[in-house]
Amino acid sequence: MTNGWIDIKNTDMMLIMGGNPAENHPCGFKWAVEAKIHRNAKTIVVDPRLTRTAANADMYVQIRAGADIAFLGGVIRYAVENSRIAKDYLVNYTNASFIIKDGFALPEDGLFSGFDPEKKVYDKKTWNYEEGGDLAGKPVAATPPEKTPPPLPAGAAPPPPALPPNVAFDLTLQHPRCVYQLLKKQYERYTPEMVERITGIPKDQFLKAADLFTSVRKDGDMKKVATIIYAVGWTQHSFGTQIIRTAAILQLLMGNVGRAGGGVNALRGHSNIQGATDMAGIFDILPGYLKMPNPADVDLATFLKRTTPTESKPDPWESFNYWSNTPKFTVSFLKAMYGAAATKENDWAFNYLPKIDRNYSWVNIWNDMYEGKIKGIFAFGMNGVMIGPDSNKNIDALKKADWLVVCEIYPDETSEFWRAPGITADDQKKINTTVYRLPGAGFAEKDGTFVNSARWLQWKNVAVPPPGQARLDQEILATIFLKVRELYKKEGGKFPDPVLNATFAYTNPYNPSLAEVAKEINGKALADITDPKTNTTIKAGQQLPGFAWLKDDGTTISGNWLYCGSWTEAGAMMQRRGTDDPSGLGIYPNWGWSWPANRRVLYNRASCDVDGKPWDPSRRQVWWDEAKQSWVGVDVPDFKVDSAPKDHMGPFIMNPDGVGRLFVPLGGMQDGPFPEFYEPIESPLANLLHPNQSNNPVVKRYKTDMDKYASTGDKEYNIICTTYRLTEHYHYWTKNNPMNVQLVPEPFIEVPAELADRMGIRGGEKVKVTSARSHYIAKAMVTRRIRPMQIDGKETFQIGIPIHWGFRGIVEDEDRTAKTLANQLTPTIIDPNAFTPEFKGFLVKIEKA
Amino acid sequence: MADRKALQAEMISGHSGPAPGHGMQRDLEVCKLVDTTTCIGCKACEVACAEWNDLPFSPTTFDNTYQTMPETRWNFWNLIKFNEHQNPDGTIQWLMRKDQCMHCADPGCLAACPADGAIVKYANGIVDFNQENCIGCEFCVSGCPFNIPRFNPATKRVYKCTLCSDRVGEGLEPACIKACPTGCLKFGTKDDMKFIAEERTKQLRDNFGWKNAGVYDPQSVGGTHVIYVLHDATDPERYGNLPSNPQIPWSYTVWKWLFKPVLGTFALFGFLGVVLHYVTSGPRRTQPEPPAKDGANVNV
Repeated sequence: MTNGWIDIKNTDMMLIMGGNPAENHPCGFKWAVEAKIHRNAKTIVVDPRLTRTAANADMYVQIRAGADIAFLGGVIRYAVENSRIAKDYLVNYTNASFIIKDGFALPEDGLFSGFDPEKKVYDKKTWNYEEGGDLAGKPVAATPPEKTPPPLPAGAAPPPPALPPNVAFDLTLQHPRCVYQLLKKQYERYTPEMVERITGIPKDQFLKAADLFTSVRKDGDMKKVATIIYAVGWTQHSFGTQIIRTAAILQLLMGNVGRAGGGVNALRGHSNIQGATDMAGIFDILPGYLKMPNPADVDLATFLKRTTPTESKPDPWESFNYWSNTPKFTVSFLKAMYGAAATKENDWAFNYLPKIDRNYSWVNIWNDMYEGKIKGIFAFGMNGVMIGPDSNKNIDALKKADWLVVCEIYPDETSEFWRAPGITADDQKKINTTVYRLPGAGFAEKDGTFVNSARWLQWKNVAVPPPGQARLDQEILATIFLKVRELYKKEGGKFPDPVLNATFAYTNPYNPSLAEVAKEINGKALADITDPKTNTTIKAGQQLPGFAWLKDDGTTISGNWLYCGSWTEAGAMMQRRGTDDPSGLGIYPNWGWSWPANRRVLYNRASCDVDGKPWDPSRRQVWWDEAKQSWVGVDVPDFKVDSAPKDHMGPFIMNPDGVGRLFVPLGGMQDGPFPEFYEPIESPLANLLHPNQSNNPVVKRYKTDMDKYASTGDKEYNIICTTYRLTEHYHYWTKNNPMNVQLVPEPFIEVPAELADRMGIRGGEKVKVTSARSHYIAKAMVTRRIRPMQIDGKETFQIGIPIHWGFRGIVEDEDRTAKTLANQLTPTIIDPNAFTPEFKGFLVKIEKA
Repeated sequence: MADRKALQAEMISGHSGPAPGHGMQRDLEVCKLVDTTTCIGCKACEVACAEWNDLPFSPTTFDNTYQTMPETRWNFWNLIKFNEHQNPDGTIQWLMRKDQCMHCADPGCLAACPADGAIVKYANGIVDFNQENCIGCEFCVSGCPFNIPRFNPATKRVYKCTLCSDRVGEGLEPACIKACPTGCLKFGTKDDMKFIAEERTKQLRDNFGWKNAGVYDPQSVGGTHVIYVLHDATDPERYGNLPSNPQIPWSYTVWKWLFKPVLGTFALFGFLGVVLHYVTSGPRRTQPEPPAKDGANVNV
């Protein structure tokens, strides 16, 4: 979240789309209710189904699953056409005025400039800012030809294109190649008529929704704020990242980012999924979103040169470019990892870090295992078979593995994949996978932190000890690690150094205390370090108070620079429970600790006008204090505190350009600097904007015999299906808990009443849903909360399946269900930027079972 | 049963004369406010109710709805009713209403109950069942205009929501209120809850376009100690059979003023018979003690 849960109470307008917070985040949804009651805030819910959230909305709009970019693009067009935009914000805080290189082409035929149809990737060199200062009022000229680079040494690859330091701009926003004009042109095609044809939302309803949402900028008023709230309903598409980009563009256009009650707010679906992401539970990052090295990073200098951005901005402006500190974060991380073994002479042990040679994202791991390239897997805190996509492929992949280790609190589908329905006793004899099942500890049986969607680290205590033979996760992992280290010590290996030299200095290495780990992640000084400005010194061995203290000379360690400040000499900031909220904005500065630097709203410099005065004085967060010559406020300023407004430093300090990006230059996105609407991989119709380029052009299909996809406009599979969770259940756990089972006892499929009538299906009857991959059987819930839609004039139905049931659980063990898995239906296809599978909006057929 | 010593009784079923201690102390009427316009149907109240009251689980089956079960049960006192309502303009409203005992000011169950002390209405408005005094006649079931009391055939007793009289007696809010994540459930004095409810319905009318928003506090049962904020108070039936004009069956109200004196007369005759028997036959004579068998102390 750019903002936070409690901050939602400060909003005037909510667009909830791609998420169902009342269902999946009921405790957080209280803040939406607060906004309604105390601010008369309005709610618009756009969803394929009338959900629990929609039941509480002022306006519910039913959309075809996967048509989100068409809808949001239409709203962007509406905001521009009707001047519902924040002009000053746009000019000064975004790249609206930046000039883009000549040769960049918008995807009128479905492709941006630079597409290579063979490799299905873009050459992004035209997706860049032009060099050259203020072009306002100057005649439009073509981009000057590149200066001939000095000849390269033989065999060296040419350097990748970089952002120009001196960006060309036009503050009047008139230049035909300025970002604002290109944006306008990009979404000109998203007319209300086109939105209706693609999304199925009638034109009058769409206009009503667009008018309501943008009404906060009526007549140029800047006081009101709108927020956009989403969850995995946006990410789980083959263009998921671009949906979120569309929302970000809309919020930047309307000047809603950085402000209390505004922002683009991702609701995380697990209690600690934010922490898992921050701590690099993803293959392509290191903790704190440092980039993962690849084989071309031959040494630390090469790696840092690739990953440290240089500022790129209009000359008269300033840019903080906070990622210029990447070397400090990286060296401190390496020192935390490898301790004394990391020295200046050996590049701080940079060569110990693994280098990623290919894509190791979720679906690729399972694909590699299916193809026999991965021989074993540790499954901790997740149920890989249930998660899918295409659970059958995952089950078959496990059959081919040599070993599988599952740490769980219940016997789950992954550890019992060999008992999946359809596997006979004879088949089981042919499965040679060795399965190790380890009894783990539940969330209430271990301490540590959760990081919530609002980026808050909150410490929790143990409620009960793990029962029986169950052990803490860290105990299991540490024991395995130390055993492996012992083997390396005894037997050697190809490259034992990273394992032998890894820091593991815990009081009890076989069961490290999470408090010790948390302190290590925060980081400490290894030598006395002094800040010359304030003349304060941190002594060797002391915890660091914040990431501004991190050094690239080996005198500091920090396991994750973003968490630096969470456990200082003053104590565990993450354990604080202060309930004072002097501002009344729900900041609670002494409750827990939020990254970065205990800042609750990101980019909060943008909550003020160019002169540093809050857009809305009644919700002031930070402001420029002329007397103190400093930024001050009730929140921690997300800014260089002594940078006066006249210096015009950009508020988006993590970008090298310092501004919010309507246009993402160069390699920021794989599939376009602007979001473009593409159909889901499985769609009932070809893309109405460009039928010859229906899907996201850079998305690749998997090639094994298991990977089957319905064709566009498939005659057989012609019903759109989406999957989701219920309030009453937590993923694949609570089917083992009698109370949850009592609340919702059985799997079901939500079927529109009109479709059910046509097929003679009555509520409670068993139906079978089949996709190109497999089938799913459950009872029908006949409902009027999903209506038939007119997609390009053709009647189209959508159905929905909650994901919670499998072949192990209370009702499953009683043989009360068909034991099929919802994710047996879903396709193996992933978003090209975040690699999230397309669980929403695939094609099925439905029949009586 | 839990501790209710702190609550004073106002009315007691099957009990002649005033409730002991009644009027000795001032007690404010309590009230639960259910705002159906901000309820998200998350069922936290259902779970809290079952957990706090130690209600044993009972199996459910899928019934074409998100609703946990069709009606409350003897071991499930708090049930959110889900209803899909089609408006005249074709739009659908998904309504969620927490159903439980309404704790009427004039409780039909208590009026119907013949067992002394089985049903008590406390001065704070809570209507509570004391199963130890229940005779399992189920008159309360037919006496309730909201279809709430539930008979357990195993124990032959009737059960329902107690408004957590055990918690309220100790100064705590009911378990459902504590569990509610959105704040759509509130608990306080009846006056305060009425005030908040009226403010909210005014807001719904003025700012959110619900022209018929209103408070449900039916006067036909003297008002209730559970009140609702409804989007459309003119049609409470759409919220899962919430009666627009709940009535206690006439037979039970008649019973109070007609049959009770008649039965009292019969009782008087009975007493006179006893006196007559004493006068004519004299006092009861002591019976000889039979010998005890195998340590069992049996009185014949």
